[in-house]
Amino acid sequence: MLESPAPARYTLPKTTEIPMSIDIDTARKVAHLARIAVPEAELPKLAEQLSGILTFMEQLNEVDVEGVEPMTSVTPMRLKRRADAVTDGGYQDKILKNAPDAREGFFAVPKVVE
Amino acid sequence: MSLNSLTIAGARDALRKGDVTSVEITESCLAAIDAADALNAFCAKTPEIALAQAAAADARIKAGDAPAMCGIPLGIKDLFCTKGVASQAASRILEGFKPEYESTVTQNLWDAGAVMLGKLSMDEFAMGSSNETACYGPVVNPWKVDDRALTPGGSSGGSASAVAADLCLGATGTDTGGSIRQPAAFTGIVGIKPTYGRVSRWGVIAFASSLDQAGPMTKTVRDAAIMLGAMASVDPKDSTSADIPVPDFEAALTGDIRGKKIGIPREYRMDGMPAEIEKLWAEGTAMLRDAGAEIVDISLPHTKYALPAYYVIAPAEASSNLARYDGVRYGHRAKLGAGDGIVEMYEKTRAEGFGPEVQRRIMVGTYVLSAGFYDAYYNRARRVRALIKRDFDLAFEAGIDAILTPATPSSAFGLGEMQDADPVAMYLNDVFTVTVNLAGLPGISVPVGLDAKGLPLGLQLIGRPWAEGDLLNHAYVLEKAAGFASKPGRWW
Repeated sequence: MLESPAPARYTLPKTTEIPMSIDIDTARKVAHLARIAVPEAELPKLAEQLSGILTFMEQLNEVDVEGVEPMTSVTPMRLKRRADAVTDGGYQDKILKNAPDAREGFFAVPKVVE
Repeated sequence: MSLNSLTIAGARDALRKGDVTSVEITESCLAAIDAADALNAFCAKTPEIALAQAAAADARIKAGDAPAMCGIPLGIKDLFCTKGVASQAASRILEGFKPEYESTVTQNLWDAGAVMLGKLSMDEFAMGSSNETACYGPVVNPWKVDDRALTPGGSSGGSASAVAADLCLGATGTDTGGSIRQPAAFTGIVGIKPTYGRVSRWGVIAFASSLDQAGPMTKTVRDAAIMLGAMASVDPKDSTSADIPVPDFEAALTGDIRGKKIGIPREYRMDGMPAEIEKLWAEGTAMLRDAGAEIVDISLPHTKYALPAYYVIAPAEASSNLARYDGVRYGHRAKLGAGDGIVEMYEKTRAEGFGPEVQRRIMVGTYVLSAGFYDAYYNRARRVRALIKRDFDLAFEAGIDAILTPATPSSAFGLGEMQDADPVAMYLNDVFTVTVNLAGLPGISVPVGLDAKGLPLGLQLIGRPWAEGDLLNHAYVLEKAAGFASKPGRWW
């Protein structure tokens, strides 16, 4: 299953009805959920564009999907399995080589825990 | 004829006969690339790697151990990870990223002796139809009919431009909603998207994992058959790589399609379709009929829902795939202010690193996957996707061998012309190609004619799953009948 990219601080209003348009508050929440900083002044345009795209998607409501399973794979096939064993690894230096900030064998980030 | 304008098949034969060397062909391509900066197709040039690989290929050919792609100089789309060579999906967020590993597709090509000339620009993260979202600036189509600089299409626009301008003999592309076939049509070349699972996605920077497939972009159908054979493999590193052996695609090019059934889907006749596209489609139909195929009108009733379904599913998968660009492990990290914590680091990094179209799609994807909307949007789109695939299944069960459609709703448009348009207007470029990705089928774009302005137009053939050989053979017949031999006049 696909999930939102980062742990959600806010959840969007629970509803089964699809709203016709996205307001500025919702645009702000979506931007935060996606972890993208959007300046306050750009939120109205973003809300308008997202609404336009969602309106386009609303055509899907015309289709009768009763009893149709959501498609997951093109050919009926099971994802391959392998033994749960270590098959790779042992190159910490390569993993860290492209990091913007790596120290003492670790990725370095701003303070996370207060 | 200069060596850079050779086809892959022509170069292979000349190399094997000893008429030319790979170093000579490679040097010719490198010179053409240096003289074509105005096209902005290459975002990284790798002449040292190219000449070393070419010398090795020459030695291999001399020793008599030469697969078809041995010594053939190629361009590689920036979406493929190439070891030690910048690979950044035309995005600022991957600035400075040099992979420590090689994608399966490029490794297969190097194992076959192919030569890497450099990396080719594209729409950022393969999201776009005009190559205007690349962080390197737009790529220009070598075709030109007036003062305007035209788009080569997208997202594989650098690949299309480079092949059409004879900067390389072939190029890799990737196709999530039409990103090989639309630019191929806009530049008068051939591009095939194979069946989902035919070509490994390992080491190809992910956009929408259930739709992404890599394929070749070439000057001829025969070249596409040769190059696809070298790119494809069964790969344990990609869990969706199918356990189906790779056949000899070139051997399938018999030129005989007598008795084959070609479906013409009535739903692809769109309102407001330009007369020229309609005419080209009718001409292509006549060419296949004249070659002995039977033409059958078919219905694919859910066609009109393909674009909206795609623009739910692709952004949903993208929002998940692109979550990894957080400024921690690779690429760009924003400069932080005093007191900024990890959330500010994520938000500023992603705002600076992703361009507007990528940001928009991530946010659409985030929205359709968020609590409360998952069923209404994402699951509904996946159900519609199942119906779109069923339309094709039924057509093939009824005996259809291949389906003929237009490749694009227009010829190449001017760079910047869509700047102020609604994002949805740009999405309409994919209207004929996106169904194929949703259904996982192989599709090929073949150049068939020029429009009244003198710009190339292509037709698309759609094949049965895993029947790329048969599909290429249909395309080969169409290519021969159309006799498209036009080349862009050199202005760059």
